[in-house]
Amino acid sequence: MSDTWAGALQVAALIFLLAVSYRPLGDYLAHILTTRKHLRAEKALYKTIGVDPEADQTWGVYLRSVFAISAVGVLLLYLILRVQHHLMMALGMPKMQADLAYNTAASFVTNTNWQNYYGENTLGYLAQMIGLTVQNFVSAAVGIAVVATLIRGFTRNRTDRLGNFWVDLTRVLIRLMLPFSIVFALVLIAGGVTQSLGDHMTVVHTVNGDQSLYTAGTGSQEAIKLLGTNGGGVFDANSAHPFENPDGFTNLIEIYLLLVIGFALPRTFGRMVGSHKQGYTIVAVMAVIWLGSLAFSTFFEMHHHGLDLATGHAALEGKETRFGIPASALFMTGTTLTSTGAVNSTHDSYSPLGGGAAMVDIMLGEIAPGGTGSGLYGMLVLAIVTVFIAGLMVGRTPEYLGKKIRPAEMKYAALYILTTPAIVLIFAGIAMALPGETARMTNSGPHGFSEVLYAFTSMGNNNGSAFAGLGGDTTWFNTAGALAMLFGRFLPMVWVLALAGSLARQRPVPESSGTLKTASPLFAGMLLGTVLLVVGLTYFPALSLGPLAEGLH
Amino acid sequence: MSVPASETSHRIGGGFLDPRMLGKSLPEAMRKLDPRAMVKNPVMFVVEIGSALTTWQAIAHPSVFAWVITVWLWLTVVFANLAEAVAEGRGKAQAATLRKAKTTTAARKLASWSPGNAGPETEVPGTDLQPGDFVVIEAGQVIPGDGDVVEGVASVDESAITGESAPVIRESGGDRSAVTGGTRALSDRIVVRITAKPGETFIDRMIGLVEGANRQKTPNELALSVLLASLTIVFLLAVVTLQPMATWAGAAQSLVVMIALLVALIPTTIGALLSAIGIAGMDRLVQRNVLAMSGRAVEAAGDINTLLLDKTGTITLGNRQASEFLPVRGVDASALADAAQLSSLADETPEGRSIVVLAKSAYGLRERHSGELGGAEFVPFTAQTRMSGVNLADGHQVRKGAGSAVRKWVRDSGGHPTDEVGSLVDAISAAGGTPLVVAEHVPGRPARTLGVIHLKDVVKDGIRERFAELRAMGIRTVMITGDNPLTAAAIAAEAGVDDFLAEATPEDKMARILAEQEGGKLVAMTGDGTNDAPALAQADVGVAMNTGTSAAKEAGNMVD
Repeated sequence: MSDTWAGALQVAALIFLLAVSYRPLGDYLAHILTTRKHLRAEKALYKTIGVDPEADQTWGVYLRSVFAISAVGVLLLYLILRVQHHLMMALGMPKMQADLAYNTAASFVTNTNWQNYYGENTLGYLAQMIGLTVQNFVSAAVGIAVVATLIRGFTRNRTDRLGNFWVDLTRVLIRLMLPFSIVFALVLIAGGVTQSLGDHMTVVHTVNGDQSLYTAGTGSQEAIKLLGTNGGGVFDANSAHPFENPDGFTNLIEIYLLLVIGFALPRTFGRMVGSHKQGYTIVAVMAVIWLGSLAFSTFFEMHHHGLDLATGHAALEGKETRFGIPASALFMTGTTLTSTGAVNSTHDSYSPLGGGAAMVDIMLGEIAPGGTGSGLYGMLVLAIVTVFIAGLMVGRTPEYLGKKIRPAEMKYAALYILTTPAIVLIFAGIAMALPGETARMTNSGPHGFSEVLYAFTSMGNNNGSAFAGLGGDTTWFNTAGALAMLFGRFLPMVWVLALAGSLARQRPVPESSGTLKTASPLFAGMLLGTVLLVVGLTYFPALSLGPLAEGLH
Repeated sequence: MSVPASETSHRIGGGFLDPRMLGKSLPEAMRKLDPRAMVKNPVMFVVEIGSALTTWQAIAHPSVFAWVITVWLWLTVVFANLAEAVAEGRGKAQAATLRKAKTTTAARKLASWSPGNAGPETEVPGTDLQPGDFVVIEAGQVIPGDGDVVEGVASVDESAITGESAPVIRESGGDRSAVTGGTRALSDRIVVRITAKPGETFIDRMIGLVEGANRQKTPNELALSVLLASLTIVFLLAVVTLQPMATWAGAAQSLVVMIALLVALIPTTIGALLSAIGIAGMDRLVQRNVLAMSGRAVEAAGDINTLLLDKTGTITLGNRQASEFLPVRGVDASALADAAQLSSLADETPEGRSIVVLAKSAYGLRERHSGELGGAEFVPFTAQTRMSGVNLADGHQVRKGAGSAVRKWVRDSGGHPTDEVGSLVDAISAAGGTPLVVAEHVPGRPARTLGVIHLKDVVKDGIRERFAELRAMGIRTVMITGDNPLTAAAIAAEAGVDDFLAEATPEDKMARILAEQEGGKLVAMTGDGTNDAPALAQADVGVAMNTGTSAAKEAGNMVD
């Protein structure tokens, strides 16, 4: 079977799996986020941490709760990384440098998982497990909690109460993330992913002598790395490493995991707002962007007029022969369109336009389907902008799901779409202006610039994938990157929660014949247009200096 | 209020730009280049700064490219200002028409006034009048300020502000007591209590609105400005950060190129035209004689789900009019019409006049003058007798009035009212009309009932079609009336409204609006009476009739 056919079958199998999961997972998530019943374990937990699960919070209190757990998360992780040499199972690894520990802590708490270090020769097992993995769970659940609040903004009326962050967080962790991660960790381990607490494994190698291999609790970390759209691998090579991703089967499961929650959340949204069609409209836009990007990057990888003639014009450099080009492009599209950032190939080695597609995917703002929760709230904010533009053409005050889009709502939506590009462009611009930092690129010319632009695009959008090639472990890159990740994660959350608060205070507007139908192919088309236009115009000048300059040369 | 075709000519219409208008607006457009004025429009302000920078560059390092860009950018800015200036210019032309009406007049101020007891008169300039002052206006004089008539009745020419040439009646008490400064009394003498401060009269506000002087941004305009501003910031960042990237790539761009790129990216088209669109919108409203007190109301009007209409004056003509004479068996219809006309000759109420008109149009009965009936004694309507009529010199008596009162009169005069009258009266009531029973007493014969006059609330022409249009737009119409439910149902059916609220008190109206709003609906209300004022204020869009009372106009946020 040729690579192309294998790739096509893998895409078909993936779409099938995602389609089958859409309804049950989406409905289950909606149930988790709306039910009044608490599990016994949850009640015990609420009692321990002193939370009244029945007390709903205003958006401000909700936001403070998000900040609180994230601040504690950053401090705790920083501390673990700084004292890891005193911990058990440290494997003799030294403590992490302060700036790198700060960057890594910010990275994992913001669901970015940008890694300026080599996992296998930097971290002990305990730091991986109680440090990184805990944040993988929490940061993913925080995203879902925030989008639940935005949806409640649409469904609740004349109230300032939007739910309880601690309840949302606990439920998503206990009822979704934990059980799913356990099941899929076992599936992955059965597929050959390593899982061990033992010291380095010694392998007798025929040519180069014995090798000492880092094994770690890879399976248990791998499942949540993808399910929670985190992307921080145990190994530096991430999902290209055979211990993380041994073969085509685990590759498919991993791609499925990183997409499944993102693609099921529109169903949750549709169920919570009482119209499945609204969910289908959103998921359709996500699917079109995903498929379009996949087709684009696969095409450019398969028809590369590069150096590697032996592979039949396909750009196989930097990709695993285990997966082949289509499955690598499939993984890349999934990982860059969600906020995962795991990689099973080196994006730096993609053809200029193929790699450019990965960058555009991230620039879209991680919305197709995006990170857990963050993808949907990004898409809903763009839907609000679309409704507003379309509504003005109709001549009525725009409304979405029975809520008016007034100056207050528009202010938060505008701030949302302004924030991430501002972070990306400012940091990338500064990096290019600093002679010392530009020297960190391993490539010259447009490709080198692409490395820097990609880095800040990835961090600002909380993706975490790297173009590689950039030696990012400098004090400046560590600090600037951490700031980009923290701003890129929490500023949009502020706008989203404020928006939710503003929406919930409104009284609902009944649908009338003059209301713009937001569950229709026409609206889906307009939303798609808005997404592409806003991104296209914002990043076009910068892209033209990087991937476009190189690819069209 | 519709504008008769003949009256629209002096108003400034829409349509294509004419070169003269552009020429006239050019100086104003140049004046608007002042950065202090430009900063109100962030998008164009950015373009202006860009233009200034490219000009400096073009002078410092002259090149064809730099000058072309410079000229092009300045043209963009001037064009935006020109669009605004033209829109304002139109408004100013309208304002000039309005100002003509606002000629300063001497007011005849009364030192004091209480019913039937006026103090001494002094001449003061109309602009000195304060709320609470009383002024006297006689036929031919211009009303010096906005106020309510407290004494007398006058016909008033309001064409200066409404464009409608037919004079209107303004009288003390009731829902038609408000007069507007700048209009002219055509007859009689009235005393008006001034209600508006100088400079804040209806005409002043109208002038302000059409000139765009105190135009507020509407909510959607604000939201759009927010979006445009944020896009401008994003693109500004995209261009500013491009320079270090381009420098590194060895392709540093000149400032002129960067500014050209920025202007191409930012949403200049909408930004340039936004305020002109806003001014033009207000202008359109004024052309249709609607005065919007706030932009918010105009926009809310586009979102209305339910329209509550005060029946009188909006759905019906406001006066009950005779529509039919229904004789009892054995009486000729023309005999009934004749008797009805006789009894109404001295009746100056609109109902009375309509009986005379109907008798003439339906039965060809010439209108007789009271003088022709020598020695006739007219019996006026009183609340006790509940009937009116005439006693002719030959002893012939005619009465018309409420059914029970007239029947009692017939019995007292020796007659026997037939039961047939009762069924006629019930039928008219059921159809939403008001029955007036007519009876006569000829000397020597027993008194007898002749029949019943059907007084009908006349629904305005074309109102049914108008409501059908509203329904197609998704707007429910609800008629509000003080009539009994039976009458209300009949009129509602005739006018084609979706629902009605009968025997409505001001509290009922409020409750109805609140109930609709509770369901999230946006409610508009039209009304003219003082008792409508609370409801007008509560409604999302309160449309007060210009003919209505000052209280109603104050409570509404649009005046028609």
